[in-house]
Amino acid sequence: MTYETVIGLEIHAQLATKSKIFSSASTTYGASPNTQACAVDLGLPGVLPVLNEQVVRMAAKFGLAIGAKVAPRSVFARKNYFYPDLPKGYQISQYELPIVGSGEVQIEVDGEEKTIGVTRAHLEEDAGKSLHGDFQGLSGIDLNRAGTPLLEIVSEPDMRSPKEAVAYMKKMHSLVRYLEICDGNMQEGSFRCDANISMRPQGQKELGTRTELKNLNSFRFVERALDFEIERQIDVLESGAQVIQETRLYDADKNETRPMRTKEEANDYRYFPDPDLLPLIIEPEFLEEIKVELPELPDDKKHRFMQEYDLSLYDASVLTVRRELADYFEETLKASGSEANLCANWVRGDLTALLNKNNLDIIETKVTAAELAGLLRRITDKTISGKIAKKVFDAMWNGEGDADTIIEKRGLKQVTDIGAIENIVDEVLANNPKQLNDYRNGKEKLFGFFVGQVMKASKGKANPQQVNALLKKKL
Amino acid sequence: MSLPKVENMAHLARISLSEQDIPLYTHHLSDILSFVEKMNSVDTSNITPLAHPLDMVARLRPDIISETNQRDHFQTIAPQIEAGLYLVPKVIE
Repeated sequence: MTYETVIGLEIHAQLATKSKIFSSASTTYGASPNTQACAVDLGLPGVLPVLNEQVVRMAAKFGLAIGAKVAPRSVFARKNYFYPDLPKGYQISQYELPIVGSGEVQIEVDGEEKTIGVTRAHLEEDAGKSLHGDFQGLSGIDLNRAGTPLLEIVSEPDMRSPKEAVAYMKKMHSLVRYLEICDGNMQEGSFRCDANISMRPQGQKELGTRTELKNLNSFRFVERALDFEIERQIDVLESGAQVIQETRLYDADKNETRPMRTKEEANDYRYFPDPDLLPLIIEPEFLEEIKVELPELPDDKKHRFMQEYDLSLYDASVLTVRRELADYFEETLKASGSEANLCANWVRGDLTALLNKNNLDIIETKVTAAELAGLLRRITDKTISGKIAKKVFDAMWNGEGDADTIIEKRGLKQVTDIGAIENIVDEVLANNPKQLNDYRNGKEKLFGFFVGQVMKASKGKANPQQVNALLKKKL
Repeated sequence: MSLPKVENMAHLARISLSEQDIPLYTHHLSDILSFVEKMNSVDTSNITPLAHPLDMVARLRPDIISETNQRDHFQTIAPQIEAGLYLVPKVIE
């Protein structure tokens, strides 16, 4: 039987505030255990939570960016469960009335665009961390993370393959960073994801029984875990058995999922409105204020790049994943006055390759946009060829100076003097009589050989177009 | 209200009920539920659900850090600590 995969994602994005959602303790990552957990975070008796304005602003920003309705009135609820990293015995979350209603985003898989629905996004507080080291047979609890603001973004079950799920997750990752509401650091857990996945026979309307996958803390793990789970569920169904609704943990080392605990029914959490918190009211003026602050969003930027610079969908997508990368591209382009495609190739090619190789972010680049522009100008005015430019670029990266300095110092200026090139061509022809003879007897493939010899003799500095033209004439 | 339901609720609330108390609680909870049932018979379709007894809206605070590290102070009442961590019975996933 052929099965259709149905996937929905729950993304937890830590909001990039200075202080916590309901207390004035710091949210900075990596502090010594429990030094950033105040009385409110610890759930000590007599404390009251007070909502952080910045959290509301960030959630509203997200809502506007996905075309969702930002609720004029939303309510915080208590989600009750017992776990040592949750000192109050409940998590403050939103249930019936979340801050962000339904919206959508566009994803792109294999050159095709698709719309994925977002059911809702709600605010909640993060829990602490349990450490299972060697503590006399006990667990250690660090509550620094408790109370860190989270925006939980729940998608519709609109994805039909692990690839689509990854594309959606990447889109959200890009979006929250454009909006500057989350740093997107997956290693530190600032951007996490759970996946709901079920299979159904092709053509069937009703959804199959789903499992929830946890611990998917990288794009690669999301894809791998889903791939594994598809195989597993199909095996179960093919054997005539039923998929059990449960939460499964992904083990990256073994590349498998295994059951964690039976999923408690939603009402087991016994949600009820938190009496400590009054309803959150968002006035239209507040939203207007935020609308003005919204940056150009990834999709708008992508389409503008395609129109304004005539870039391919692929180039435009790659360049607009990060706002900083897109800015870098535009700055380079403006400063160089070069052709957009040349600039795009350099930014998403050579520059990105060196960044990745050195594990650097675009904001840590060793070659600034202005410097790269200087190099592109020399390619455009034919001072150097594209091939030599790569050498110059490496030297720039290694701090040897700007493009002009390096070209000058290393004597890399392209030879465009016809007379000089002609001399080299003549020399090459004289030195290779056998190949010359073969070529003239019809072995046309040897043309490349002569081009190579001339370029070699000129140490790569001869203008390739001129070399081609001269060779054609002389041969 | 059935017996297993009461047992399940006691488990969720981490309340240990003795065998002989369960019938009593079952009875009490059933009474509460019948009362709720009575309230359910009132037509509330035109009434906004009450989220809070006070007719007020949330006050927001600016995003400023004002809490200082008071770990040592807070941990004086913790039964067991080590390396700045609160120690609790082993958590098994």
